[in-house]
Amino acid sequence: MMVTDTAAPRPALRWQTAEVLDVIGETARVKTLLLKLPDFTKYLPGQHVDVRLTADDGYQAQRSYSIASAPEDKHVALTVERIEDGEVSPYFTDEVRAGDKFEMRGPIGRYFVWTVKLEGPLFLIGGGSGIVPLMAMLRHRAAHASNTPARLLYSSRTQSDIIYRDELDRLVSRNDGLAVTHTLTREKPAGWIGHSGRIDVAMLAETGFTVDQRPKIFICGPTGFVEAAANALLAFGHDRALIKTERFGPTGR
Amino acid sequence: MNDDTPISRGFSGRRRADADAKRIPPGQHLTSDFPVLSAGPTPEPDLVNWQFSLGDGDTKLCEWDWAQFGALTQTDITVDIHCVTSWSKLDTRWRGVSIDTLLEAVGLNEPPAPFAVITCEGGYTTNVPSEDLIDGKAMIATHFDGQPLSPEHGGPARLLVPHLYFWKSAKWVRAIEFREEDEPGFWEQLGYHNYGDPWREQRYDGD
Ligand SMILES: Cc1cc2nc3c(=O)[nH]c(=O)nc-3n(C[C@H](O)[C@H](O)[C@H](O)COP(=O)(O)OP(=O)(O)OC[C@H]3O[C@@H](n4cnc5c(N)ncnc54)[C@H](O)[C@@H]3O)c2cc1C
Repeated sequence: MMVTDTAAPRPALRWQTAEVLDVIGETARVKTLLLKLPDFTKYLPGQHVDVRLTADDGYQAQRSYSIASAPEDKHVALTVERIEDGEVSPYFTDEVRAGDKFEMRGPIGRYFVWTVKLEGPLFLIGGGSGIVPLMAMLRHRAAHASNTPARLLYSSRTQSDIIYRDELDRLVSRNDGLAVTHTLTREKPAGWIGHSGRIDVAMLAETGFTVDQRPKIFICGPTGFVEAAANALLAFGHDRALIKTERFGPTGR
Repeated sequence: MNDDTPISRGFSGRRRADADAKRIPPGQHLTSDFPVLSAGPTPEPDLVNWQFSLGDGDTKLCEWDWAQFGALTQTDITVDIHCVTSWSKLDTRWRGVSIDTLLEAVGLNEPPAPFAVITCEGGYTTNVPSEDLIDGKAMIATHFDGQPLSPEHGGPARLLVPHLYFWKSAKWVRAIEFREEDEPGFWEQLGYHNYGDPWREQRYDGD
């Protein structure tokens, strides 16, 4: 059984100049950058890049971002959430515009990746901007018209914080075996038909696959979120080897 | 920075105090938080069945249980740590058993082979040259900041090799085996640098 696709390409990781083609507003705190790169075609859904910003006096800052686009998409996209008093993310969400340049290298990481070549159901669990690498997987799945059963459980603070909401709705409407469940942790708007509150055992049981179905599980979000989801899945009896995690952001401590 | 480095218009960044600058390797930034990175779920600490072994190839030199391990000479250190995802944390305080102490306990005054493979609960492995583990450079840490090491950070015990990128400081460590040949570990096989010196920015294969 394949649990990861190790046949990933291994281009030399050299820095190249990314040029911003367009900036798309996703939510009040999140923007997507569409990028033009001289040489950046071979990547796998779930991989990330390192970016490096250079100020005019030579000062530099470097961070990692997941690739939001699927390999089949026309442009490489990053989706960045604004972190209050952050150094790099407010630059991307508030300042950057078409024509701006920064350095980027990748793709990096061949572990938290999924391709349509992998068999068996796919269970994605995302919190906040943790949706980004999972979205790359769903976009890739759709680009290949794959009908691998797939479920996404996505936790956002409020309805207006849901990233890629319309696109997720469109993907579900293809009726190709994808189900998306939202949960909101900080509000319960009138008419809301999704779940409310943090991801818990009951929500995972209801939205996920059974242990016998041996789903490939990808969890991405803040640390506490990833810990809680992974521990609950282990408690159900899911195989540790099938659960992959990626954690961004603060520990909350 | 060289002449073709593109300037990111409108970026000025958050400068750090000069005193710290010398302690931060290139491409790193300071955090006061302690981010958690691991490839899968966190194992539950199980002190009753915990065992740690030192091996010369396939031959076990010694195996300790939790009580025996706790009875070994404990070492305290305060060091800076550097994660490949670009955060650095200064003056972190650790307690544990230095690899020198472990070698002494099995009657060796130097590692029996030039390379070491570190194996962890869940099958994670990482490789480190043996000389990077000795002379006070590394320990099996059981306490962080005066508290038992929490499971997310590798508790009950993790390797600590602070002079290398932090993925080398393998969490939930269970064994160190000295080997004649170098064998790339988990991340090293997945494209990360085989050695991982933060000061030389050895992040990925080919750096
Ligand atoms: C493999 C990987 C993939 C990533 N992918 C993405 C992605 O696709 N989209 C994305 O937006 N981010 C992603 N991140 C996080 C990203 O690298 C930065 O950490 C984030 O943008 C904050 O950087 P900053 O310079 O704005 O904040 P910093 O100046 O680094 O931090 C400012 C303060 O915010 C806290 N902080 C840092 N990150 C977060 C966070 N995520 N949430 C809340 N508080 C935080 C810090 O502890 C600090 O106190 C990824 C990280 C990794 C390791």
